[in-house]
Amino acid sequence: MGIATATTSAAAVPATSAARPAKPMALWRALNTALHDILEDTPEAFLLGEDITTWGTGGGIYGVTKKLADDFGRGRVMDTPISEEVLISAAVGAAMQGCRPILEIMYSDFTFLGFDGIINQAAKARYMFGGQFDVPFVLRTNGGSGIGKAGQHSQSLETLFAHIPGLEVVVPATAGDAYGLLRTAVASNNPTIFLEHKNLYNDRGPVSFEPIPFGVARIARHGTDLTIVATQQMLKRSLEAAEVLQEQHDLSAEVIDPRTLFPFDMQTVITSVKKTRHLVVAHEAVRDYGWGAEFVAQVVEEAWNDLDAPPRRLGGLRTPIPYSEVLENAVIPSANQIVATALATRRDRQHV
Amino acid sequence: MTTQTLTAHYDPAVQGFTGLATMTMIRAFESRMPLLSEEGLIRGSTHPSVGMEAVATGVSLALGPRDTIASNHRGHAHCLARGSDPGRTMAEILGRVDGYGQGKGGSMHIGVKELGIIGTNGIVGAGIGLATGAALAAKQQGSDAVAVVYFGDGASNQGVLGEAFNLCAIWNLAVVFVCENNHYAQSASIEEMVAQPDLSQRGTAYGVKSVNVNGMHLDAVYEAAAEAVARGRAGDGPTLIVADTYRYLGHMAGDTEIYRSADEVQEWKDKDPIGYLARALEQQGVLTAGQFAQLEADAARVVAEAEAFARNSPYPEEFRAGTDVYEETV
Ligand SMILES: Cc1ncc(C[n+]2csc(CCOP(=O)(O)OP(=O)(O)O)c2C)c(N)n1
Repeated sequence: MGIATATTSAAAVPATSAARPAKPMALWRALNTALHDILEDTPEAFLLGEDITTWGTGGGIYGVTKKLADDFGRGRVMDTPISEEVLISAAVGAAMQGCRPILEIMYSDFTFLGFDGIINQAAKARYMFGGQFDVPFVLRTNGGSGIGKAGQHSQSLETLFAHIPGLEVVVPATAGDAYGLLRTAVASNNPTIFLEHKNLYNDRGPVSFEPIPFGVARIARHGTDLTIVATQQMLKRSLEAAEVLQEQHDLSAEVIDPRTLFPFDMQTVITSVKKTRHLVVAHEAVRDYGWGAEFVAQVVEEAWNDLDAPPRRLGGLRTPIPYSEVLENAVIPSANQIVATALATRRDRQHV
Repeated sequence: MTTQTLTAHYDPAVQGFTGLATMTMIRAFESRMPLLSEEGLIRGSTHPSVGMEAVATGVSLALGPRDTIASNHRGHAHCLARGSDPGRTMAEILGRVDGYGQGKGGSMHIGVKELGIIGTNGIVGAGIGLATGAALAAKQQGSDAVAVVYFGDGASNQGVLGEAFNLCAIWNLAVVFVCENNHYAQSASIEEMVAQPDLSQRGTAYGVKSVNVNGMHLDAVYEAAAEAVARGRAGDGPTLIVADTYRYLGHMAGDTEIYRSADEVQEWKDKDPIGYLARALEQQGVLTAGQFAQLEADAARVVAEAEAFARNSPYPEEFRAGTDVYEETV
């Protein structure tokens, strides 16, 4: 049995606010709208986090909770002390009692203060108690590098979370996905780690106000010569790389965004690899022991005969994230490196 | 809370005069931060401590060369007061190779081994555990070194504080917990985030000797710190010092400050720690107006030189991205 079979049904998401025409918006605004709609539709949902009502221009470090306290009151949108450990555990406890807490942790790096709550409690409560408890807890936070936040505010922890049985891990890359996946995260009865990327908050894209089910990858660009699997900032760079590959090397890359790392959609990747016969996986999390290794291993196990070359992985260097710009750029794969890796994969072909 | 009065320990001509020079330099240094940030020279975030100079300075004056400090995100003053070189400190904030961390750490991650600075820190409250460890090391090593940790009113809500208080109290560890209560944690006011506003009661509850001081008064901070350090050295365990203070600037460069009023900021500016100390020293006859002007001019020069040094320092070369992850054995 593959590990990637679980998908969360989107059917549980209330439809009241869904019937709206699609509209372009910034990713932070899409999240803000999703939270607004969730608070409207879901009486059991509430938000909590540090500085989520009066910071910046009125809601959180990147604006995601802007003005929600004005609309829904401080009974449902709560500023908290700087107490990640108790907040995470308390959110888990509240979820086990029938609430749908949505906790914002200012930077994903700070989740480490509450890892007991996430890993020993949230992820295991259903299992250890024989399936009696739902844990509809959403931990929203941001990861990633690119704006000089240095070693303790820039890590990409998606691999760490994806490794833990019991957690769902969501990594939206576009405004539309951010909206749709957050709706599903809150409707889900599993603990969900919802990882935003701090360098994508201002990216604009169409939002259709529909929930998006977990475990369904998105083909961000269709192609025939090579498959690139990438998330978030690396997805963006992979799409740039795909243009270069097309224009300068006459290679057509298919780019796939898994959207959720658990559950993850191997089928879409395998179908693509069967067509293109070449695979590159790119992520910002440290490459060694990263989620790319999991994808590659499963493709090799399930589609070995469909591959013309060994799959290749790109990821962060095995270093903390440095502060200085030159160094920060040096540790995260660039679009150029994705191009070079794609070309190397094509050159490695065994049976041309 | 009572303001402590001058006692024999504090000598205006010694700690007062030196302290004023340090505070004036820190003020000049920190006042540059928002401007350098606007210029695009500081990445990420930087948290100046203008208004809070008396705390770092008063505590540092009570420390000896082998003592340790652990700091937080608002740590430039803690480093400078401890004797960090303004040029190298500024170079780190600007991400240059001559910074203490070769530009790898930036404003929130400055460590200076030779001065016992075990790091400014981007994780609120993290220094509390690290200082506890430094004191534990001193105990294991048979040294009478003391460890100081600086943290804010916001950080006082982290669970690690209770654990550290208890551990230090049962093991008599020489930690001086310096809580800089500047009344805000980012946009969260202490009134909203703490039910018992007398933070010193938290130490008392764990058997840690706890005092409140006026954090705008160098003499009061120095007195309390000197006593706490003496206790630590004598093996009598930890002390919590809660210093009442205020930050004049936003939480970080670019803060909209919608959470507090200009009047409130002005009220605190009227209690300025540098103005207070300069006036006191003039009354005590150890400072003339001319000398004060000279201290300010010296501070401006030191900071201008530091800035020139930092601006001229190159950015680190790319290869450094991969160094120092592990001990390098050639
Ligand atoms: C564990 C953790 N949680 C949250 C933050 C974000 N953060 C940085 S500074 C700060 C406020 C800290 O307030 P306080 O401890 O009172 O110090 P002050 O900034 O007032 O000097 C917050 C919430 C962080 N850096 N680390």
